[in-house]
Amino acid sequence: MSKFKTFPKGGIHPPDNISSTGDTAIRNASLPTKAVIPMSQHIGAPAKCIVNVGDTIEEEQIIGESAGYVSVPVHSSIPGKVVEIKDIYLSHGKTSQAVVIELGGEFKRMGKTQQAKSWSSLNDDEIIKKISSMGIAGQGGATFPTHVKLILPEGKDCDYLLINAAECEPYLTSDQNLILEKSEEIIEGLKILKKLLTPKKIIFAIENNKMASAKAMSDAVAESDLDVDVEILKVKYPQGAEKNIIKSCTGREVPSGKLPLEIGMVVLNVETVFSIYEALVFDKPLVERIVTISGGAVKSPKTLRVKIGTTYRQLLEECDGLTEEPVKVISGGPMMGFGIFDLDTPVTKGTSGILFLTKKEVKAAQQTSCIACGRCIKACPMGLNPSEMNKLTLNFLFEEAQDMGLLDCMDCGSCAFVCPAHIPLVQSFRMGKNQLRAIMMEKKGANR
Amino acid sequence: MIDMKKMTVSSSPQIHSADSTAKIMWTVVLSLLPAGIWGVFAFGMTALIVILVSITAAVASEALLGLIDKKMTIGDGSAVLTGLLVGYNMPPDLPLFIPALASIFAIVVVKWSFGGLGANWMNPALAGRVFVFFSWTGSMTKWLLPSMNGADAVTGPTPLGSLKSAYFATSLNVSGPIEFLQSEGLPVTYKDLFLGNIPGSIGEISALLLLLGAVFLLFRKIITWHVPVSYIGSFALLIWIFGGLRMGTGLFSGDVLFHTLSGGLMLGALFMATDMATTPLTEKGNIIFGLGCGFLTFLIRIYGSLPEAVSLSIIVMNIFVPVIDRYTKIKGFGKSTVKEANGE
Ligand code: SF4
Ligand code: SF4
Repeated sequence: MSKFKTFPKGGIHPPDNISSTGDTAIRNASLPTKAVIPMSQHIGAPAKCIVNVGDTIEEEQIIGESAGYVSVPVHSSIPGKVVEIKDIYLSHGKTSQAVVIELGGEFKRMGKTQQAKSWSSLNDDEIIKKISSMGIAGQGGATFPTHVKLILPEGKDCDYLLINAAECEPYLTSDQNLILEKSEEIIEGLKILKKLLTPKKIIFAIENNKMASAKAMSDAVAESDLDVDVEILKVKYPQGAEKNIIKSCTGREVPSGKLPLEIGMVVLNVETVFSIYEALVFDKPLVERIVTISGGAVKSPKTLRVKIGTTYRQLLEECDGLTEEPVKVISGGPMMGFGIFDLDTPVTKGTSGILFLTKKEVKAAQQTSCIACGRCIKACPMGLNPSEMNKLTLNFLFEEAQDMGLLDCMDCGSCAFVCPAHIPLVQSFRMGKNQLRAIMMEKKGANR
Repeated sequence: MIDMKKMTVSSSPQIHSADSTAKIMWTVVLSLLPAGIWGVFAFGMTALIVILVSITAAVASEALLGLIDKKMTIGDGSAVLTGLLVGYNMPPDLPLFIPALASIFAIVVVKWSFGGLGANWMNPALAGRVFVFFSWTGSMTKWLLPSMNGADAVTGPTPLGSLKSAYFATSLNVSGPIEFLQSEGLPVTYKDLFLGNIPGSIGEISALLLLLGAVFLLFRKIITWHVPVSYIGSFALLIWIFGGLRMGTGLFSGDVLFHTLSGGLMLGALFMATDMATTPLTEKGNIIFGLGCGFLTFLIRIYGSLPEAVSLSIIVMNIFVPVIDRYTKIKGFGKSTVKEANGE
């Protein structure tokens, strides 16, 4: 048997398709001549725009202020002039206000040698404040404002700090590439987090199809004075889902409807740790991120360091365009990412990848009625019965679906991936959960 | 260079496994072909005609119902598969309206009136067979001897059918079924049973080719081992323990090989009791289902007077599927911890 740990229930094995960008170096994408920077780049209240058309902007200047506790500011990724403020569509189909900045003027950081600062004199509050003021939000895809995760409520201890580098979505290699190049910086980031959270143990979790990165991390750990368990997990989707990676590494199950902190866990994505490092050591806000541009239709797939606000169109050009017509353009990974309909969509803090998928990769087929094969049940990592839940939501029986665990569904897509009847299960669960939340809100209101 | 209007924008996941309903159905059809070809080889053209009539009737029924529902579903292959299985469960030589009616009953009554593909709770092909069996029992129990030995279409009983007569004899002095059949002038060897050199329904006689087909489906992950193993396993165990009683040879003397290779057990356990729509959803549920089938088949075959052991057992167990599903639910993630925490 394999010595690698994994979660016991469900999970699937889509082809990982990471070979085209897995071992390549991260390259800097060229600067956008016009950056389109949305105010809504994180979960929670969108930032409040504080610039006007015609304003001259410096590199890394705050253009959107944090609008509440669960919110972070937005900084400009380039210097220049505000030429437009407009509403745009983001990759998930919702609209957001965005500031369009035309490149011009001087960079104060880019191209200059940076002075590292010491963070050890900062107290916890100051560290948290820095993390929030530098606009850091989870870069694994969910983009939850990071500082909120790091403030432990009264009476809660952090037993484990778990760094999620599973990157279980096929095609995506941003984390994997970053670890290869920046393992020492990541260790430094971990030291900051250790001071803040005082965890009993730090676990660094990665899947066993990225052994070079795992080794780079182990080596960096061996050379440092930090105690980190590098945990190599079996390749299985969705290994990187928060609840599943906790189960794989520690055997603990986050109770249904609860957050990881309930059982003493703080889970952070690896690139977020790197951003925390840059924020504390170089005062650098989150204005760029690593993006994998891949898929069968792309001529030269690449992992790029991209300024926030760069359009997908420009990045496609940077990868020498297409070899064949794709059928889908995806923002994020193929399992949970969004299909987009506008190439002028900008990269945001949560954009982990941009994929141009061919017909052969998508494998669409005629939808039929459910043939009761039970494959979805076997695939669901949450132990749910997707087939039955789908029938209930389609009949508007949302509360009955919740009795079967609808709100535990995390949209991972394992069920729909394996369904031979090609039923859009996730679509139905998304709709069901929205309806259910509306019903619950209404009930709460009525009780008051 | 890229026409964004042509891009598909749909809900995640954006990629899919290579399987589809149609692929599954056609693969099962493919896996059944060798056994059917053997049946035609053994019993001649009449067998082929019976199969073709069954398929045609099933597909035509589906097409007609599809016209009414404005939903053409022939392409998914499930009607062809049902028709094929009806044909395989027919004796090789009988009036052709019987297989046609069985197929029509399977598609119209069993499949469509319960909501179509996947929603029927009873295996359509088996239901069709049982329906015509009780209506035209005479024709449904007239068997041809295989023509491999050069003989022309000659009728004769199936090994299992003639064995039943032994159960009602007052005194027997044989060691088991093989010797009994020998004494009746109907010699049969294990090899005949295994290869399919015996009278029987068109598609059920060759255990070898059915097993090969099932291995193919296992390999393609269309069926799992749970039902076949628990079904055949529990049946074999019961036969071994109690099967000898009716032959007067006592406990632990049943002829396991004879019983597993004869009748419709292989076709039933490998292809009918593994039908997705009419079996439980979980692995545990499937094992319970298989055990039930094994027990009932044993009971009906050794103590019942009907030769329909396999069909009836599976149909009866189909009825229990919702109950089995209810008691074999998977525990949701993070649910147990809640309970334990509350229990403290
Ligand atoms: S999308 Fe929801 S129901 Fe489907 S496998 Fe994932 S968690 Fe289970
Ligand atoms: S995988 Fe699809 S066809 Fe199979 S039981 Fe689930 S919903 Fe039905």
